[in-house]
Amino acid sequence: MAFSKSTDSEVTVEMQPSTFVALSARRLLVLGGIGLILVGMLFGDIFALFVLHQNAARVSASLAAAAHAALAGDRSAVLASFQDVGSFLENRGTKVDTHVHMIDFGYLALILAILQPWIAFEEKAKRGFARLFLAGGMLLPVAVFLIHYVGLAYSPLQTIGWASIFADLGGLLVILATLGYLLGLVNHFRSYAPAHVKDGLLADRSAAGRLLLAGGIVLVLAGFLHGAYYAGVDLYRHEALDSSILTQMAKAAAANDAGTVDRSLEAYGQLQGNKVVNIAAHAHTIEFGLLAMMLAFFQPYVRLRESWKLRWAYVLILGSVLLPICVLMELRFGLVAGGLADFGGLLVIVALLAMWIGILRYTGQLDAQT
Amino acid sequence: MSGSRRLLIVGGIALALWGMGYGLWYAVFAEHQALNGIGASLATAFDAAARRNPGAVETAFRDYKEAKYSYDRQVDVHGHWIGLAMLLIVVGIAFDRVRFAERQKLVLASAFLAGAAIFPFGVLLQTFDHGAIPRGIAILGSVLVIAALLGITLGLAARQSPEE
Repeated sequence: MAFSKSTDSEVTVEMQPSTFVALSARRLLVLGGIGLILVGMLFGDIFALFVLHQNAARVSASLAAAAHAALAGDRSAVLASFQDVGSFLENRGTKVDTHVHMIDFGYLALILAILQPWIAFEEKAKRGFARLFLAGGMLLPVAVFLIHYVGLAYSPLQTIGWASIFADLGGLLVILATLGYLLGLVNHFRSYAPAHVKDGLLADRSAAGRLLLAGGIVLVLAGFLHGAYYAGVDLYRHEALDSSILTQMAKAAAANDAGTVDRSLEAYGQLQGNKVVNIAAHAHTIEFGLLAMMLAFFQPYVRLRESWKLRWAYVLILGSVLLPICVLMELRFGLVAGGLADFGGLLVIVALLAMWIGILRYTGQLDAQT
Repeated sequence: MSGSRRLLIVGGIALALWGMGYGLWYAVFAEHQALNGIGASLATAFDAAARRNPGAVETAFRDYKEAKYSYDRQVDVHGHWIGLAMLLIVVGIAFDRVRFAERQKLVLASAFLAGAAIFPFGVLLQTFDHGAIPRGIAILGSVLVIAALLGITLGLAARQSPEE
């Protein structure tokens, strides 16, 4: 498959502007979906730069403090240290969940946008589902982000706070909207003679679209193979090591063996680092691959010159390859690899932003015509 | 729309809904309790160490190992069901470009959908039984997914025939 500059005949596809009019379900889902992905990615980059490493260091320090408190036989200090560990882990966990859910809801919005012509409902109902989906897709990540700060304040429940309740409500809205679209799709297939859907988006064979589709599927396959390798070779070993190192640490503390406690703490830190980079590389490779494949379909809506569309596609693929590889190398090369990984993430964000602006230009042109 | 394409798209949306519903159920009814259990067993273990009681350390870490094993898998199941479902839909949308006969495409689509459903299911079964069967189901699911995606990639890369 070659990705040379496409000729005019390659990019001219029959578009139906009626499917992308102002405030249509498809336009809401495309612009809202890419917006969610962009905000989620930016949030992830900011989190990786300013919170992730500092937070990991605090967790390690609190765990070390707990082990040394156990060594000294100081039970109240053990408890205090574990309260700190719990708080730092909750902070990290909710930030990761915010990042992941925002991006995944963006992906799902893009998928639902592509499927709009097959949803056999009135445009008004489809628009209602799109609004419901985007409301839930925004509510859940924001509420998850607030869990760490709101806690159980004024909560009617013992273990679940208001932020968690709103996060669950956001999830429910997304489920209802997706269910609505599934019913619309089934409606389409159940009709006596399903209307033949001709969508210009799916007819596009531009160079940028082909590069994104091929690059995306290769990335997804690479991510799958890496995940299978990790599950087969390292996952169970890492899980066994996790509890055996902690057991060794606590037993050494009980036996007043400071040297073993310190060695166990170091081994535990290295193990956590190893697990995190492998899982992050696996997840990011597949997610970026999926993003590239989805963006391939939206290229006809990107109102930029063909040469620029191809350049941004290359930038997106380059960033998608750079980030997971550099994340994997972080353990060996430290901050240099970490910085390059963040740069890879930035490339993906910039390319996505450029495509988003291209789509906005297309909507502007459509609106001016009408 | 061809049968294989319909299978991937409808199956993908249904799997995404199932994964989201599962995540919602887990977040409301099980996640907080699981996290509390992990934290409490860890704190109990180190408290036992401070009391110089190695037997209690061992017991608390057994609880920790079990709770962490289960929690990690529950979260993985939720993420993998939804992630694979999105991939099913996206591949379904592009399925017209796979240059195989419809029968072969239907086999690929069925294998992909089956793998996407049973791989996380096998992982979920591991929380009830640590034996070889759940692990085998998970491996079978992942092999189906990878093999189907490889086949689809080959179909996408196949040369366009002159009449197309």
